[in-house]
Amino acid sequence: MKITRRQTLGLLGAGAFAATAPLPFAMRPARAATKITVLNWQGYGTDEKWALEAFQKATGIEVVHDYFSSEPEMLTKLRTNPGAYDVVLINSARTQQAASEGLIEPIDFSKVANSAGLSPELRDHPNIKFEDKTYGVAWVWGITSLAITEGSAKPDSYAALADPAHKNKVALFDDAVTSVAIGALLTGQDMNNPSDLDAVKEKLKGFKDNVKLLWSSEDQWNKSFAAKEFDLSVYWSGAAVRSKRNSNLPVEFVVPKEGGIGWLDNLCIPVGAPNADAGLAFINYMIDPDFYVEWATKIGAPASANAAAMEKLPADDLNRKIHDPSYLKTMTIQSALPDDRREAFNNLWQEVKAFYAG
Amino acid sequence: MPADAIIRPAASPSGAAAGHRLPSWFATAALLMPTYGWLLIAVFLPLCTMLVFSFMNATPMGRAPIVFTLKHYKAFITQPYLVGIAWDSLVIGFWTTFLCAVLGFFAALALARATIGRARETLLILILLPFWTNGLVRVFSWTMVLREGGFLDTLWHALLPEAGSIGFLYTRPAIVLGLVHGYLPYMILTCYIALVTIDDAIIEAAQSLGARWWTILTRVLVPLALPGLTTGAILTFVPVIGSFMEPRILGGRVGVTMGTVIEDQFTQAFNWPLGAALSFTMLAVILAIFATFSGVLRRNAGGVA
Repeated sequence: MKITRRQTLGLLGAGAFAATAPLPFAMRPARAATKITVLNWQGYGTDEKWALEAFQKATGIEVVHDYFSSEPEMLTKLRTNPGAYDVVLINSARTQQAASEGLIEPIDFSKVANSAGLSPELRDHPNIKFEDKTYGVAWVWGITSLAITEGSAKPDSYAALADPAHKNKVALFDDAVTSVAIGALLTGQDMNNPSDLDAVKEKLKGFKDNVKLLWSSEDQWNKSFAAKEFDLSVYWSGAAVRSKRNSNLPVEFVVPKEGGIGWLDNLCIPVGAPNADAGLAFINYMIDPDFYVEWATKIGAPASANAAAMEKLPADDLNRKIHDPSYLKTMTIQSALPDDRREAFNNLWQEVKAFYAG
Repeated sequence: MPADAIIRPAASPSGAAAGHRLPSWFATAALLMPTYGWLLIAVFLPLCTMLVFSFMNATPMGRAPIVFTLKHYKAFITQPYLVGIAWDSLVIGFWTTFLCAVLGFFAALALARATIGRARETLLILILLPFWTNGLVRVFSWTMVLREGGFLDTLWHALLPEAGSIGFLYTRPAIVLGLVHGYLPYMILTCYIALVTIDDAIIEAAQSLGARWWTILTRVLVPLALPGLTTGAILTFVPVIGSFMEPRILGGRVGVTMGTVIEDQFTQAFNWPLGAALSFTMLAVILAIFATFSGVLRRNAGGVA
């Protein structure tokens, strides 16, 4: 799911041209040729050429990149190359693991001036805290929830997935963790650690008569939605923006009362970073509203964790409309899953899928 | 490199003439080396790796210790719904193979007996043509044909405007259709090779003795083409059991097969050991099916001879 999302961003980014206008942001005195290395997914915001040029012009700090293609690879790179990176992108589900292994440093927020604008729900999320210290600066986020055909009645609960009104008109995301999360939210359990998996299984089996399709890629979703195969679906907030803006599909994103299934990406400072202060300056720039507005409107970006940045978007911006700040209150962010729990989730989802097929 | 492999063994007889006769096993070994070496690297080693994986507790990663276990081979017992999925996969496999055999045999027969020269070459190329396009593209184009309001429906409604939809995307027949389309060329080619070697004189003899067309078909052509049919059936049945793309895209909700379950273990669940164990279990089931059938086929072949 992560990769698909970022690949799409990468594709969007690849087509974009550098907007070289210098951006006004907190100026720091230019220092002599500092160079920092950022470890991130390719084409995911930090490597926009125009942004790096503007950043270097303002601070004198040159930014180079190294990339990872999976989260285990990112952790391996941190473990085996201490002192090689100054900034690293870590999903909130992995932050505690990285902190407990001594791979990343606690953040000194006094050096990240723009952090004042961060939404408190994200800045202080328990997933990025370890032993009472915060180990990452919340950067971008998104939600998995429901999408409906524009103009139809808004569902107020995930229970709509089992509503006979949507018979044979529902699409689910073919992903064990997401599906278990929906079952858990519907049965009032902690989606990251549901105690009663049988109840989750029964809830999911209850969708059977409605399920038309299990989608696994954004492209497949767009084609099937365009062919009117379903009118209610589990979907990603960022993908809903793209489906509406790029593919012109009549889709509306809805977060019901149980709350969305959230993800949060953070920028962190590795232990032994050669230029930790320059790294923090770069992180500060990455959550700067001016950078974000440019990135979101010209290239396409997930929602910013910086409330000030979201407010700076035009009022009718789709990204802003879909990522309503009120959703942050009810959203549950995905946590790390121990192997045995992940396996139990996967087996449950396989069984439910077999039940749908039967 | 391949030139080397050919020249070396060919050179050894001349060496023998000079008095240095290499042992005969050497030439045999040298000739077999490229094939078996390749099989060893490309088939045997990956299979062995997967076999080892299938006994591990979890996918080896990071610093977690490796624990060996048999639990993944008990999946069919601990998760009984898998038996149902395996059965469905076998049924899809049988249907696909059966339809491929019927269509493929008659297509090959037409090709071998009713065409000559340039026309035959053109038709053969047309049969191979689908192989030149990406499989995913072929499957996705079927979704456009089969979905409600798709090409098939449009055509149907042009004939009968009042009739309901006949689009059958996201059903089992749609999966079988996609698979038959994908694997039919194998069956046509293997049957064609078997049929084209049948001497016209045999058929003329049968006709002159008063055999009708269906007698010729069932008593002469089918038995003589049986090796081709068998090869084609194996080439179709085995990959169909493991297919995951066609069931996923054409099957929608009903597209859950052993192939998709195993694929999920590798791509989503990151549970390689379970995926490997399920693969080896299916391999054993398929081998058991072939063992049973090969006995039947051999007895039949003996009866004809």
